[in-house]
Amino acid sequence: MSLYFKYMSILLKSQLQYRASFWLLTFGQFFIPFSVFAGLYFMFERFGHLRGWSFFQVALCFAIIGMAYSLSECFSRGFDAFSTLVAGGDFDRLLVRPRSTALQVLGSRFEFSRVGRLIQSGIVLVWALDNLPITWSFAKVITLILMIGCGVFIFTGIFILTATLCFWTIQGLELANILTDGGREMAQYPLNIYQKWVTVFFTFIIPFGCVSYLPLLYILDKVHGNKILYMLMPLAGVLFLLPSLLVWQIGVRHYRSTGS
Amino acid sequence: MNAYTSVLKLRFINGLQYRASALAGTATQLFFGFIFIMIYVAFYSQSTGQPSISLKDLVAYVWLQQVFLSIVALWFRDNEIFQLITSGNIAYELCRPCRIYPFWYAKLIAQRVSNAVLRCFPILAVSFLFPQPYRMSLPPSPAALILFLLTLVLGLMVIVAISMLIYISVFWTMSPTGSSLMISVAGEFFAGMILPVPLMPLWLQKIAYVLPFRWTTDFPFRVYSGQIPTAQALWGVLVQLLWFAVLLGVGKWSLSRALRQVVVQGG
Repeated sequence: MSLYFKYMSILLKSQLQYRASFWLLTFGQFFIPFSVFAGLYFMFERFGHLRGWSFFQVALCFAIIGMAYSLSECFSRGFDAFSTLVAGGDFDRLLVRPRSTALQVLGSRFEFSRVGRLIQSGIVLVWALDNLPITWSFAKVITLILMIGCGVFIFTGIFILTATLCFWTIQGLELANILTDGGREMAQYPLNIYQKWVTVFFTFIIPFGCVSYLPLLYILDKVHGNKILYMLMPLAGVLFLLPSLLVWQIGVRHYRSTGS
Repeated sequence: MNAYTSVLKLRFINGLQYRASALAGTATQLFFGFIFIMIYVAFYSQSTGQPSISLKDLVAYVWLQQVFLSIVALWFRDNEIFQLITSGNIAYELCRPCRIYPFWYAKLIAQRVSNAVLRCFPILAVSFLFPQPYRMSLPPSPAALILFLLTLVLGLMVIVAISMLIYISVFWTMSPTGSSLMISVAGEFFAGMILPVPLMPLWLQKIAYVLPFRWTTDFPFRVYSGQIPTAQALWGVLVQLLWFAVLLGVGKWSLSRALRQVVVQGG
């Protein structure tokens, strides 16, 4: 773990060397979700509400997914850019080191400019929470933190899975964008506005629903019945990450160097 | 002129090689189209008043966006040119017996078109087969279809002229990421790629109408569904031509300015 932080501080220093570029990029990263959020805002301005969801409720959903996504892009970017590591044959070097491969790949790259995205989501989160009449309790705070934390686990899990595919395909696959970018776009809205098959897929196979929609119902006091169950839903993100890591191990065993 | 057409042809054939990636892209774009339409359907299902664009037209709008994504998207970039400028290899380009502006222009057009050719037909075919309300609709008249194709081609010419300006700006900034990211985010928004222009509030629509971005995407797509009637569309064609001329002029002028002061650092 201390190795991980070592990686992190070195990469942070190296990225801060190009200061102007770094800040511009961070600034730009702020505006990508900002423009999407503006779109969402104007849709609500025109239509008022969305199947019983008010603007601030959806904004909360948007912010949570946005934070989870930016955090995981910041910290597990190494897996996202993994195809270059495999195609260049650089993965061989990682294999001979006496540390776990997952940790090394994770530490191979950090995108600190994603802080821009994180700040945008953070502002939306505060704004939404400020405008929602929620009676806070300790359990709800825990749930909120769990939602963001476990959202990070899910995105990281997807990054790992797509990186694992590279062991067989060498190239990165654009198809994986359905799960990362597509999952992000989709999970920004409450899941119940979609068709049944989308909801089922993104709840039981890739548990986005478990970190956004279901616990959100609990925070907004929309649930009837067992509240603890809704509260602990985000933990499904952990359940998703574990098999992903397992698949990664299998993938590493199958690895054949490109030799270049 | 011949050299430029052969660059166009070669790049086009080169672009056609990436078939597997195009297939994956097709699936991604279909998925995105579905998600967006589902969101709009959810919004529309409860609206009481008369919306500014009918759901049927909006669905066509979304599918056309996905179908022609590589033609109309501003973020679609050629990193080769950026590297040429920042690494100093631009010197080689200057040695070529042809002018840089049309040379790059041809290259960029070919990339977009080859990319679109590979992707558009599967998505287009499938989008006509979906159940309602996801099904793509046909244009109301043959005239609308012809006008759509015309405006799309003009839109392509305008957007490449805009992206040329982004490349040229790198001569001064030397870092492609920051400035071009900002321009593409703003451009994308005002082109109606994130929120369709008819759904924007009025004051924002006014801004969008003044900027060149919406003429590349929003305008052809609305001509397709007949939301912009034929007579009005003909005026629009004129505006597109005007923008093209202006952007071309500015691009050529600033490129020649940039090349005059270009300093190639070693090598």
